[in-house]
Amino acid sequence: MSDDQHLQTYVLRLADNALVLGQRLSEWVGHAPALEEEMATANVSLDLIGQAKSWLEYAAELRGGDDADRLAFHRDVLDFHNTLLVEQPNGDYAMTIARQFLFDAFHLPLLEQLAGSADPRVAEIAAKSAKEVGYHLRRSGEWMIRFGDGTDESRRRVIDAVERLWPFTGELFTGDAVDEAMLAAGVGADLAAVRERWSGHVDEVFAEAGLERPEDGWMQSGGKQGHHSEHLGYLLAEMQQLPRAYPDARW
Amino acid sequence: MKEWPLWEVFIRSKHGLAHKHVGSIHAADATMAVENARDVYTRRNEGASIWVVRSENIVSSAPGDKEILFDPSDDKVYRHPTFYEVPDEIENM
Repeated sequence: MSDDQHLQTYVLRLADNALVLGQRLSEWVGHAPALEEEMATANVSLDLIGQAKSWLEYAAELRGGDDADRLAFHRDVLDFHNTLLVEQPNGDYAMTIARQFLFDAFHLPLLEQLAGSADPRVAEIAAKSAKEVGYHLRRSGEWMIRFGDGTDESRRRVIDAVERLWPFTGELFTGDAVDEAMLAAGVGADLAAVRERWSGHVDEVFAEAGLERPEDGWMQSGGKQGHHSEHLGYLLAEMQQLPRAYPDARW
Repeated sequence: MKEWPLWEVFIRSKHGLAHKHVGSIHAADATMAVENARDVYTRRNEGASIWVVRSENIVSSAPGDKEILFDPSDDKVYRHPTFYEVPDEIENM
């Protein structure tokens, strides 16, 4: 693959992480445990969908003759490049928060590195997104502490959530040819450095929450390359149904 | 979340000098109250600063005291400084 194709894939991965997680979070609208949480979750969802829009617009330009909506609504499961973590179902609120925290703690250092990217568009989108994600991480971290250090039930639920999600964290830091090429070109992030910051932040919050960090065992991977869990298909079916049934619909 | 206490939210807008009461929220503690206030009341670029205070800590005048507290000032127009000539050189007052 050429560097141009690597860049397209790299940008699509950034876009799809934001788009899929944004769509997941939007499923809480109308169902969140409290009005305040519903608003907060919807805010994060909209932040992420806005970021996805910026990334997809850039990806569409790089591909030539595509547009962001087409990329969002007319690609199939195998063409999505998000990590497996973000497509996992919402579960209970502890699961949603744990997924958010594990992702935010990765997303922020990633974006902060990309803000210094040699590609000016990547740098610009990353810098703007990092402000939003800084808040996401603060909020999800505060919730982790309250779940871990809260009641017996909240603690039991968050421990269960972390155990179930942990096998999806390895993929966040596993590079492939695309990551290597983009790092070499000065465009992409150094995933080892991102992992170090992620790890430090996770340890800090877990310590305050009284949570034990699970052992790194066998890790799931494949999402970045298009191999997804069954959950993504259902998510896309709901997200894409309208524009696919009515391709020229305007709203 | 019935067990979460109630907090009153005050926002200072970008062009405002004082924090204004905008409403209330529920939150488990002070840190979450600031975050919830941010998420509920500053979504449309309203804020530059947030205060929250537990509703139970606000002491208010009794509604029944309205007449003795406020009616006496109804006819004290001379307390409004509107009878002075302001010299032209004074730009702001």
